[in-house]
Amino acid sequence: MDDGSDVRTAIESLFSGQRLAVLSTCSADGHPYASLVCVVADADLSGIYFATSRATRKFANLRTEPRAALLVDNSQNRQADVYEAAAVTAVGTVAEVTGPQAEGPLASFRERHSQLEDFVAAPTTALLRLAVRTYYLVNRFQKVMEYHVG
Amino acid sequence: MSVEAFVLPLDTVAPDGLAQAGGKGCNLARLAAEGLRVPPTLVVTAAAYRRFVEANGLEDRILLELNRKAFEDMRWEEIWDAALRIRNLFLRAAWPSDLKQTLVQALRPGLADGPTVIRSSATSEDSAGASFAGLHESYVNIRGLGSVLEHVRKVWASLWSDAALLYRQELGLSPARSDMAVLVQTLIPGTCSGVAFSVNPLDPRQAVVEAVPGLNQGLVDGRIQPARWILDRDSGEVLAFTPADEHEAVLPDEQGTVVRAAPSLPDRGGCLKGQALARLFGAVREIEARFGGPQDVEWTLADENFTFLQARPITATVDGGRDQRGWYLSLRRSYDNLCALRRKIESEFIPEMVHTAEALAQTDLEALTDADLAAEIKRRGDINHHWGNVYYAEFIPFAHGVRLFGQVYNDALKPRDPYAFATLLTATPMESLARNRRLEGLADRVRGDADLAESLRQGRLPAADHPFQRALDEFLAAYGDLSSSVTGDRAGDLPGGNLIALLIEMAAAPQAAGRPAAMAPARAEAEFLACFKGEERQWAAGLLDLARASYRLRDDDNIHLGRIEAQLRRAVRVGSRRLESAVAPDSALEEMVARFPLSSGLASASPAPPPKTAALKARQLVGQPAGPGLARGRARVVRSSDDLGRFRSGEILICDAVDPNMTFVVPLTAGIVERRGGMLIHGAIIAREYGLPCVTGVPEIMRFVASGDVVTVDGYLGIVILGNADGDDNARNDRG
Repeated sequence: MDDGSDVRTAIESLFSGQRLAVLSTCSADGHPYASLVCVVADADLSGIYFATSRATRKFANLRTEPRAALLVDNSQNRQADVYEAAAVTAVGTVAEVTGPQAEGPLASFRERHSQLEDFVAAPTTALLRLAVRTYYLVNRFQKVMEYHVG
Repeated sequence: MSVEAFVLPLDTVAPDGLAQAGGKGCNLARLAAEGLRVPPTLVVTAAAYRRFVEANGLEDRILLELNRKAFEDMRWEEIWDAALRIRNLFLRAAWPSDLKQTLVQALRPGLADGPTVIRSSATSEDSAGASFAGLHESYVNIRGLGSVLEHVRKVWASLWSDAALLYRQELGLSPARSDMAVLVQTLIPGTCSGVAFSVNPLDPRQAVVEAVPGLNQGLVDGRIQPARWILDRDSGEVLAFTPADEHEAVLPDEQGTVVRAAPSLPDRGGCLKGQALARLFGAVREIEARFGGPQDVEWTLADENFTFLQARPITATVDGGRDQRGWYLSLRRSYDNLCALRRKIESEFIPEMVHTAEALAQTDLEALTDADLAAEIKRRGDINHHWGNVYYAEFIPFAHGVRLFGQVYNDALKPRDPYAFATLLTATPMESLARNRRLEGLADRVRGDADLAESLRQGRLPAADHPFQRALDEFLAAYGDLSSSVTGDRAGDLPGGNLIALLIEMAAAPQAAGRPAAMAPARAEAEFLACFKGEERQWAAGLLDLARASYRLRDDDNIHLGRIEAQLRRAVRVGSRRLESAVAPDSALEEMVARFPLSSGLASASPAPPPKTAALKARQLVGQPAGPGLARGRARVVRSSDDLGRFRSGEILICDAVDPNMTFVVPLTAGIVERRGGMLIHGAIIAREYGLPCVTGVPEIMRFVASGDVVTVDGYLGIVILGNADGDDNARNDRG
């Protein structure tokens, strides 16, 4: 893990290996909230897509506070996770993606999460993109590297 | 439900019982089954080890210890540290009651009452496909049930010895898969013992027998030089005999063993007399025939009877190859050996080094012709090289004095912190501390004299008879001017140089608080010595004294070496100046000056700062906790001596390795981070003396930290956090 490409590769492999991520949002009165979402990342890691119903608490939170964090990890509930597992936290700002700009990401999303075909097609579902400012990669228990996008 | 036995009598060990009884246990059971005499033996099975480890959750803790950083990034000192910490886990672990009860019941009748030998019998021994001698511990002449149990756990801990960790890949060592059986045997008080190879590894037509008077331990540990016979494998005829060099023997003491003068052996013919050698050779050939291959046999002779302690197939030995760490870890020395080494270092080497440096300083180099100066530079280069060799051959092995003490201390006190023993070693009179006190004395003069401070800032030195100037001249003569990493080296262009810059900064900073006295080494010492009685206490006090000498030398040796190197540099500097002004430069002088370049860089490998990439930064890096405490400040990355002149009070010293001259800035620093790893390396020692937070063994520290970055040193956890706690990275800090 000595140069940027190693860290980048580790982040890419976490996103290609994991389907789910934990999304952290913040309510209007400042209360944090965590939820599980299906994700797909841009090839250049600049953004991470997820879908949610417009009726959800996370959607409401993001409308008032678009800054959010998203965590992906590969722990398997084993003892060895403490030093073997890696986790990456992405921080940035979330915005809804619509129209022609949504077509590419939606195709990737459907390909990765084919069982969610109907879910993403529903008129109440929004496709959201976290524009990532920084990734924090944690491995070997305590080692933390920062990767800045762009 | 069938429960795996924790204890097995030797005659119940099955031929395929490797997983239970380990390699040694299996082979010994086989020797006994073949009708050969072996010591009365009880096997504490691998299941007992697993029960102990499982009941104490040791597997997880070993895993965490081994995965803290990439193994290839670990220096030999860090491997030793990891082994020490794991050993302490075993020492502090509690006995599961079922296991303890079983062992007590099995050992009480007979075995544990008399003198015993506790031997390792790893289950991986045969699967390694090669012999790894000396990886695991064995203990000779252990008496009493409590002591036997204590030594069983020490043998278990030795599954994770430093040498075993080094070869863990080859050994397939893993906390989930590896375990170890232990043999508890009656000590056979042999008058003559040794090893026998049914085939000489160097010549298949020959066999080899080695013998020492007394117990075999002397031979196995390398403490006693054995007598050696080379025999013809077919006829048994002695082809060559090498008598023993020393007439000493390892004999049982009250507890443990002791080296004593051997009973007189006037003919230097070794202790194997008359027909005994032929009988032994015959038995070894028989063992080979029954085992179906060449064997390496350990034996002892008592009351005219041979008892066989061990047999194992002869396989290729594994060497460390190009992995230098193996060499360092092989330098384990006995107490006696270390005491002899200390005498040599203190009464021969150090005085000679001091004398050499002084003699070299006397030479008027300016008076030499160019040709003579070239010859003098070469001579000084050779002298410097010689002492470099002495450093590796004699001084580095002496560092093991601290390690031996640490192990004995941990055995006796089982402290929560496996480095608690370092407390007893601090506050020893070290060269670098004496040097720093003199530097602080100079700074005090500047602090108390505003005119002097101002003129120094202007780059002016006071008159030659000014008290400050006289003290400064004395300091320069003793320690040099910080123009390079070499102690005693002087570039000669003092005003505005590193030393003056440092003095100005020290004078402006509040007076150094000095070392906190919180650690109370005297009480710790009393606590340690109280664990021993009678003659043992004398030995323990001697060991502590040895450890202090060893600890001190880790610091002092660099300074003594530096003074000699400074004299080489002085000659090169004179040569270099002459060449600059020469019309027709002397070619020999040119060659010599080129051979010893005068860089101001530091002696340790200090890679140039890589270009900062905007994309990648480190947020938190992991090393080893080498000095407790927490500090935050601006980083000062020291790559050359000139960085020392830039050092500001309250900064965090970040370096590849703490060179001797870097200790000058330690009174100004708030914390130390070193790329090199280890709890007993120079930086860690100095940090403890000053009570500073210190993290060592951070492989990427020089790459990711630049001078001026905000850095937090957590000396409790051994981590370094970059940037501010709110998550802002250093790039966005205002560096005002």
